Amino acid sequence: MNGGLRRVLAGREAPVAGALVVVLAVTTAVNPRFLSDQGRFDLLVAIAITGLMAVGQTFVLVMRHVDLSVGSVLGLSAFMAGSAVRGDTGGSLLVALLVGVVVGVVAGLVNGALVAFLRLPALVVTLGTLYVFQGVQALLTGGTRINADQLPASVVSFGVTGFLGVPWLMWVCLLAAAVGGVFLRTRRSGRDLYAVGSNPPAAELVGIPVARRTLLAYMVSGACAGGAGVLFLARFGGVDSNAGIGYELPVVAACVVGGVDIFGGSGTVLGALLGAMLLKTMGVSLSALSVPEFWQQAINGLLLLVAITADRIVLLRRERSARVEAARHRREHAGAVPDPPRDGADRAGHEGATTTEVVR
Amino acid sequence: MSRVLSWDRSVFVLLVVTVAVGAVIDPDFAGGSNLGFVLQDIGEIMLIALPMTFLIMTGEIDLSVASTAALAGCVLGWAWQASGSMAVAVLAAVGTGVVCGAVNGFLVTRLGLGSLAVTIGTLGLYRGLCYALLGDTTVADFPAGWTNLGFSSIPGTPLPYVTPLLVVLAVAFGVVLHLTRTGRWVFAVGQSVEAARFAGIPVARLKFRLFVVTGAVAGLAGIVYDLRFASARPDGALGFELAVIASVLFGGVSIFGGVGTMWGVVSAVLFLGSVRSLLQLQGVPGNALTIITGGLLLASVVIPVVAQRWSAFRERRSRVLAAATP
Repeated sequence: MNGGLRRVLAGREAPVAGALVVVLAVTTAVNPRFLSDQGRFDLLVAIAITGLMAVGQTFVLVMRHVDLSVGSVLGLSAFMAGSAVRGDTGGSLLVALLVGVVVGVVAGLVNGALVAFLRLPALVVTLGTLYVFQGVQALLTGGTRINADQLPASVVSFGVTGFLGVPWLMWVCLLAAAVGGVFLRTRRSGRDLYAVGSNPPAAELVGIPVARRTLLAYMVSGACAGGAGVLFLARFGGVDSNAGIGYELPVVAACVVGGVDIFGGSGTVLGALLGAMLLKTMGVSLSALSVPEFWQQAINGLLLLVAITADRIVLLRRERSARVEAARHRREHAGAVPDPPRDGADRAGHEGATTTEVVR
Repeated sequence: MSRVLSWDRSVFVLLVVTVAVGAVIDPDFAGGSNLGFVLQDIGEIMLIALPMTFLIMTGEIDLSVASTAALAGCVLGWAWQASGSMAVAVLAAVGTGVVCGAVNGFLVTRLGLGSLAVTIGTLGLYRGLCYALLGDTTVADFPAGWTNLGFSSIPGTPLPYVTPLLVVLAVAFGVVLHLTRTGRWVFAVGQSVEAARFAGIPVARLKFRLFVVTGAVAGLAGIVYDLRFASARPDGALGFELAVIASVLFGGVSIFGGVGTMWGVVSAVLFLGSVRSLLQLQGVPGNALTIITGGLLLASVVIPVVAQRWSAFRERRSRVLAAATP
């Protein structure tokens, strides 16, 4: 079989993309308006925000960390960007984006510094900053909200127009995914993130600057969440103190559905984006199929469980076939000189560090 | 950090200081009615924090507890309307919690999936089932005899009816964690799963049971929540999971497992509740309270690390100085 094709099919992206196609096909067959120009546009707008945050979250998850503060960063950045361009009617879209991303990067620096330099557990740190950033945002807004009529036209129209039939918001998300994906796949510092996530002590031993890479991953996650804040501002034409609350777990869910291992070391930006697409599309298609809206959350939860269960089963089967292969190899070489190192290597194959190797 | 001032003791000291300072600067704070209010306010968090301590100590986590509590609350309302018997409804609600916990436990211990990912999934699943069961409606016709348990106090005292439940369960969980074999197992598993397995501890069975107990107590918390607000609603207890986990971690339980005490966690829940109440009485806005909650949680992990580095630095310096002097 063609090696490249086999790799694509064995990867984690293909089944998710397949599921996405099935959902789209079934829904369109039942309700042809689902993929009309307007329907497609709305769907892509809905995907863009979660998708962008999932791209950033991937950087953190592959390092065996997590960033729970992204929802609060989104809210904070949306409000800061909105305040920066409020009342201004000129071409201030770039200003808004810049402010949003800078807010996100600063927030990411805070998280990253605490995790990287003080070596604090990521879950605790980002749970703490989730509350801190959310409180700061609420304190700044002070119960007020920014409305569409206070925002420059460039920002508002950014949320409702597109290019080549794809909303601008989705272009931002796709651009981030492309840059992030190429970086993680081809750049040395990108590969470092996987190395750290697969085996943190080993990564340290081979000389990877773990603290710097951790800082980088959190800054990327923060920047994406900050950018998502501006997308939020443009999409809803405003922001209030509830923006972004409760976004963190759906973002992690999107990554996990897309094959990003929550224990680090494996997963791609493309997978995370596909995961976000699948979850959002499921939601929108359920309402297009007139299934009551409230089933959406249950089905999304179920989908996540199915995804990780399937991953686990595939992993176990590969480990078993790898063991069988190794045993046959040993039998064939029976009678030759005993080979203790290979024996040791076999045993290591059952342990966490090399399981990701088996999957890849 | 020195042995005398371990984190859980510090939290207890903080609690005592907060209560003392509060009593001095604000007579309302130490009043009986406010004490009752604080206990009622932290009731569900405290309940769920008890089994969550066990879970985090073994290195697992359950993010689905708030959804479990909400689902149990919805089942309470649904079963009450369907059967007309509160006793049946309560049993059904606790049973729902047990089933939810068992599903989590099955996925984690039998299939070997990560508890963080599993319980993010069941968080959505159970919450979705709440809406599937009740739709957008609420059940608000619980019998007055029961809802009085939710918001009136025990006659002759300022304490709400939930107090004895909190005390009995807190003592029971504390005894199990610190004085029984099961408790020793929890510490052992948290320190090293491998070593625990070699020592013959039934790790999977232990964790499965902990998930079931967590579900059951979350179900109980769902009932308490319903009675407190005299209604069952699909969006009940929203976001409680992070508040519970923040309390447990603030109480000195290590997110990596193996380290923690029950009285540290109980002190932490009481401390966070009294700080909130005290600041609210002083007119501090709710947003600032959110910042303080987050800041305290960060402090609980930052301070021990900084203190440890500081003492390591001092030790190194004194060794260098000793070597330098002839």
